[in-house]
Amino acid sequence: MRLLTHNMLSSNIKGVVNGFPLRIEAEKVVEKNVEMNGDFLKKMFEKIEWKAFVEASRGMGYTELPEEADTSMLDSDEFLSRFHHALLELHLEEGALVCPETGRRFPVKKGIPNMLLHEDEV
Amino acid sequence: MKPGPCKRIGLARQKKKKRKKIGILFAATPLVSLGFRVFAMASRPERVAPPEIFYDDTEARKYTSSSRIIDIQASLSERALELLALPEDGVPKLLLDIGCGSGLSGETLSEEGHHWIGLDISPSMLNIAVEREVEGDLLLSDMGQGLGLRPGIIDGAISISAVQWLCNADRSSHNPRLRLKAFFTSLYRCLANGAKAVFQVYPENDDQRELILSAAMHAGFAGGIVVDFPHSSKKRKEFIVLACGQQSMGASLSKGKTEDEMGLSDGREDQTVRFSDRHRPLKKQRKNDKSGKGKDWILRKKEQMRRRGNDVPLDTKYTGRKRKGRF
Repeated sequence: MRLLTHNMLSSNIKGVVNGFPLRIEAEKVVEKNVEMNGDFLKKMFEKIEWKAFVEASRGMGYTELPEEADTSMLDSDEFLSRFHHALLELHLEEGALVCPETGRRFPVKKGIPNMLLHEDEV
Repeated sequence: MKPGPCKRIGLARQKKKKRKKIGILFAATPLVSLGFRVFAMASRPERVAPPEIFYDDTEARKYTSSSRIIDIQASLSERALELLALPEDGVPKLLLDIGCGSGLSGETLSEEGHHWIGLDISPSMLNIAVEREVEGDLLLSDMGQGLGLRPGIIDGAISISAVQWLCNADRSSHNPRLRLKAFFTSLYRCLANGAKAVFQVYPENDDQRELILSAAMHAGFAGGIVVDFPHSSKKRKEFIVLACGQQSMGASLSKGKTEDEMGLSDGREDQTVRFSDRHRPLKKQRKNDKSGKGKDWILRKKEQMRRRGNDVPLDTKYTGRKRKGRF
């Protein structure tokens, strides 16, 4: 699972008001090279919750991202390539996602988070 | 001599009984075929088992080995993407593939350069997707529990042969109405303004179609059904096309494909179908069309007769006129 998806995911448990962001417990992180597309990155930048994104990338062991970011930084190639790397090339292979409110763990196996809820959580 | 007729009646009764037996024997044959029918209907996967159990390792394997299934899935997802009508600005989009299974439909999305998130309830199918090294991200998730995604972030959603599963209650806690509601409301929430969702579905009957559509409308979607090949029971494919936000759907809803568009037509497209009223006698129907014997026809005939040397009355202003009613 890429951080792109992580930044979109929120906990869906019944009664949870703010299920975003899910905390990452990384056990194994892999990197896969993907071609960079500046237009896509610029468009995604508007949708990304930056704070959660930086936190998640730290959780995956990548610390090159700045704490704060704004649209003017998108012109810098260096920033774009870092953003690209964190967003699309880092994959959480094994580990877990943890709901910030309830502490419920969603295990991640082979890169697939198990987001199935128990019957009492629906 | 009274017992005579009685005996006869008795015999007749016995014969009747025998006949009845034979009748039952014959009746048994259609019963067998009925049994076949029930069996054939059970081939709808929804009737066999819940999705996470039906799509086990052997069933999932078919999605890599059977070229027929692969072809069908690919063409369906291509069509769905076409109906999604994403703006052609060259920027990759973030799409959602609901019921992505082995990622066959996702591959079509990747080919177009889009990024996608796929979710499915069957772990076996997702394992196949991992084996195939699909480019999108996969989630093990039940769409009937609602999608746990942030609002307004997805540029479009497709789903191939998945939504009809929501009409089934596979557990005592399942209520199809509530599950459809949870699915559509959460989908509406996570789609960006003006984004579309296209679901290829196999509804079992009209009730299911209605159930799905009404749930979508209640969630706030606008849209309708596009039917490809409506006259072929085998090739017929239904797509539910939904849009969220203010953009009106009316003009943008595409037309369904028909055989004619597939190159099977022979120039019959602009012909209108003539149909006759079966309840009127043929003679009366013929009377209505005015073709046939007008003044021109009579003049032509008279000229013909003259050429043959027959005695023909002169052409006057009365030629070809209708007689007055009083005659």
